[in-house]
Amino acid sequence: MRSPHLLSIKDLSVSEILEVLDTARELSRITDGAVKKLPTLRGRTVVNLFFEDSTRTRLSFEAAAKRLSAEVINFSAKGSSVSKGESLKDTAQTLEAMGAELLIVRHSSSGAAARLAQSGWVSSHIVNAGDGMHEHPTQALLDAFTIRSHFPAHDRDFTGLRIGIVGDILHSRVARSNVLLLTALGATVVLIAPPTLIPIGVESWPVEISYNLDAEISTLDAVMMLRVQGERMSDAFFPSEREYARDFGLGAQRLKSLKKEAIILHPGPINRGLELSAASADSPQSVILEQVANGVAVRMAVLYLLMGGTPIPKEGVLV
Amino acid sequence: MSIVLEQSEIERSLKRIAHEIIERNHGLSNVVLLGIPTRGVTLAQRIGNFLSAIDVPVPVGTLDITMFRDDLRLRPPRALVPTQIPSAGLEGKELILVDDVLFSGRTIRAALDAIGELGRPRSVQLAVLIDRGHRELPIRADYVGKNIPTNARENVKVQLLEVDGIDQVEVSI
Repeated sequence: MRSPHLLSIKDLSVSEILEVLDTARELSRITDGAVKKLPTLRGRTVVNLFFEDSTRTRLSFEAAAKRLSAEVINFSAKGSSVSKGESLKDTAQTLEAMGAELLIVRHSSSGAAARLAQSGWVSSHIVNAGDGMHEHPTQALLDAFTIRSHFPAHDRDFTGLRIGIVGDILHSRVARSNVLLLTALGATVVLIAPPTLIPIGVESWPVEISYNLDAEISTLDAVMMLRVQGERMSDAFFPSEREYARDFGLGAQRLKSLKKEAIILHPGPINRGLELSAASADSPQSVILEQVANGVAVRMAVLYLLMGGTPIPKEGVLV
Repeated sequence: MSIVLEQSEIERSLKRIAHEIIERNHGLSNVVLLGIPTRGVTLAQRIGNFLSAIDVPVPVGTLDITMFRDDLRLRPPRALVPTQIPSAGLEGKELILVDDVLFSGRTIRAALDAIGELGRPRSVQLAVLIDRGHRELPIRADYVGKNIPTNARENVKVQLLEVDGIDQVEVSI
């Protein structure tokens, strides 16, 4: 990767995306085998800087860093001086003063990671682990990794694959990153959601839009069910949960309409019974747990590719 | 720029190394070859071909040592090459590492670390096509194609038919 940071899928060229995916595949082969831990980042420190709740992303980055022998410091805004009013800038500078070389940033404001990377406040590498409703690049990379592993014929090119992203597109950074990544690789992406959950300006995205899951379900090679983000919903976006589940949930009936070789993805955590029925989440076509395992490999690749090279030069400081 | 080994000399060196391997290990029943990418893999395959022509076939694998290097911060990240360990494993084997050029010894140190994670061979031996000196670690080769005294700033370039389209070794500044 050319950039010292991973902020958005937009920053990556197709060859860089494939570089991350290839590196991740090799790393997962190594760590699935005899070698559980690689010494690559021994003595280097990465910080999980989480201003918003997360289970799997934080644990996944932590597992990835530890498998590369890096030191991991976990920071969560709850129970920290952020509640005393400490700013993003001060918090990040404090952590850097403790030796952090890479900050993994999750924040509820769109652009928080980019602000840290571009402001000159810190000289660490920055990885965006989800910023508001903007982007979540490592999630999109692991989704692409998972899709690729199920369609070997599309190893370097997703042209001809039809991928549905279903549900709460409006609030979803996962959807935004995935649209950028999957279309960059050549896939056809269909956004399927009620009109209230489709963002304004979507007509400029390189995607198809549908309000009818039943019309699309049998055409899809992969269906990505998004979590309904109750915590970001201040208005009523749909009449009731039952109605949402009936129109846009993946239940037993739609599971039958799915192509035999199609796969079901979900970024987690699942609202069981809302966007995914238990039968779908646990069906043989569901690859949700593979996504979790692949997430560690993809994040190892990102950490290695960002931190493996020469350090970011500090201006005016003799190294 | 000067050419220090030509095709016929490379062939002869590898053939001699193959004979030395058989002699030192009293046969090949327990021998495994592991090539270090990129050109070490090609050399390991060629030595393997000589061994099977002279005696019996031996397992040949590859060992990517990128993630075990200690000089990651001095160069841009490299693409990883698949590591392929022969199905018989490394446990109790006479393991012969194969690389093209032995210089500082740091690649071999990384390889020894990687092997330590993969199993416990009975012995680890090292075969290189060129030993150019300037070691920074206490490491030596058991089988050397050719010793070439060099200046530390000089560049030793091994080219092999399978990778580069020509068999030759050249030294340039």
